[in-house]
Amino acid sequence: MFATSDIGGRLWRLGVWAVVGFFLLNLAGIIASVVVDSLGTSWFGTWLPDGFTTHWYSDAWSGFQLGGVLQVTLEVAGAVILGSAILGVPAAYALARREFAGKKLVMLVFVLPLIIPPFTYGIPLASVLYQFGLGGTLAGVILANLVPSVPFVIFILVPFIEQIDPRVEAAARVFGAGTWDLFRRVMVPLLMPGILAALVLVLVRTIGLFELTFLTAGPDNQTLVVALYYSVFAAGIRATQSIDAMAVVYMVTSLICLIVALRFVDPTQIVGRAKKVEAH
Amino acid sequence: METIPLTAPATPGRESLKRRLERAGFDTTTLLLAPALLFVLALFIYPALYGVWLSLHPMNGGGWLANYTAFFSDPYVYGTIFTTLELAVPVTLVNLALSVPIALRVRRMRHQRLLTTLLVIPVTLGTVLTAQGMLNYFGPLGWFNRVLMSLHLIHMPVRLVHNFTGVFLSQIVSGFPFCFMLVLSYVTGIDPSLENAAAMLGARAAQRFRHIILPLLAAGLAITFCLAFVQAFSVFPSAVLVGAPSGPTRVIAIAAFHAAYEEYDYSMGSAIAVIMGVIQIIVVALVMWLSSLFYRGPAGGGKG
Repeated sequence: MFATSDIGGRLWRLGVWAVVGFFLLNLAGIIASVVVDSLGTSWFGTWLPDGFTTHWYSDAWSGFQLGGVLQVTLEVAGAVILGSAILGVPAAYALARREFAGKKLVMLVFVLPLIIPPFTYGIPLASVLYQFGLGGTLAGVILANLVPSVPFVIFILVPFIEQIDPRVEAAARVFGAGTWDLFRRVMVPLLMPGILAALVLVLVRTIGLFELTFLTAGPDNQTLVVALYYSVFAAGIRATQSIDAMAVVYMVTSLICLIVALRFVDPTQIVGRAKKVEAH
Repeated sequence: METIPLTAPATPGRESLKRRLERAGFDTTTLLLAPALLFVLALFIYPALYGVWLSLHPMNGGGWLANYTAFFSDPYVYGTIFTTLELAVPVTLVNLALSVPIALRVRRMRHQRLLTTLLVIPVTLGTVLTAQGMLNYFGPLGWFNRVLMSLHLIHMPVRLVHNFTGVFLSQIVSGFPFCFMLVLSYVTGIDPSLENAAAMLGARAAQRFRHIILPLLAAGLAITFCLAFVQAFSVFPSAVLVGAPSGPTRVIAIAAFHAAYEEYDYSMGSAIAVIMGVIQIIVVALVMWLSSLFYRGPAGGGKG
């Protein structure tokens, strides 16, 4: 294109890339320092630790009841995925296919939990959950995490559903499919890539979402990120390396989910696939 | 589509209601919306209203506005508003100011996917992990200070954590990628031929930005500012972990948490949450109003 060849333009471009490079370098440093520390024997005032060891991981495993925390994290994430699919997929279908009075208001209700930060509504939500005896329980944590996840699934899926030709559904109706059959045999298979993408993103978000779990969890049902917060908060009680080992476990868990998500999530690709299926 | 009944309806009153509903767009398919809507009403709208109600019923009595008068009469508590604003506004502006030129440059890049993937990482890792990493990396004995010292740029380690700077940096580490992604999506929506036309007519880069890109981007930038601001305004974990939670970075979320979970005064905690929400709404409304003054062109990214 019209590349600016004057000195000012070049300097500007150089500056922009320098900022990006500086940001990524520091980001790499932040992440690497956690990984290196978790593998070091002792590290104080030198570039690298004196020696390397893996015993902080077994320490973290026993000291933080990491097995239990991971189990809670997976239970919460699994239930949130299931719940947001059951609630979100049909709602997304209705929003994509029907125009009705008050639709804008419904959209507003769904968009609010996504744009209002969790800490703002977390405290009233927690008090409602405590009122119904759900505060500090696993069910409470799951319900709280579902609040932003259900609208999230809806807003990811609506464009996917709009891409599917309504004549496919009309044809299924002509051949006598009821709403349930239509859903199970036509829509869900066509939407599978979109649903998977949305659910993997829900998984990533649920593992990473700190505030709602923090405000609603009791001591027995903390997820990984909340347990990590408490151990950093109470720094000095445990060895930093042990906390960092836990941080690495958290990081690896969410990065694996992210990589899986990014394999699914390129929307153009998914729409293309849905259209190809349709054409057969 | 339902089949159209050929026979006359047997019960005219009921049928006509059904027909009327269908004409307004309500049928069995619309009903699929109900479970999700009820869920969000029960666990989001109801708690929000309950929070307002609770905040007007103080735990220790003293009239329905007691929580709010208590909040605004204690400088240590109402000061958190200004502490939070002093943090959230500059952080959001810095993140936006960084995002726009980078997004304009990345738009012309081939391998956008690699950069966006790298930038998604801090969003995924979240503030807690970022905070723990920053304690190592930006600490007095961390790599950052060591590099600066071995380059003889500084003689003593700079204090970058457990203060305002720490929270500021952590908000940039996790907030910048978020801003950048949003701005990039708005920037890619602008038709490049508009800028090409301006360049052909002799507009310089600065003029093209001022007269073409900025007006088309204004609405998107306003939305990005609002979304990034409300996130920064409700900062909690990093303000505790890499900040100085009892002093310079005692943000409003800490005050709300302290009231609800350390003093077990859910009524006061809800009052602070309500104040937090109201301030966010005020700032968002202000920014949207400003952007409506600024932007007068057709909607969309110039695709029409």
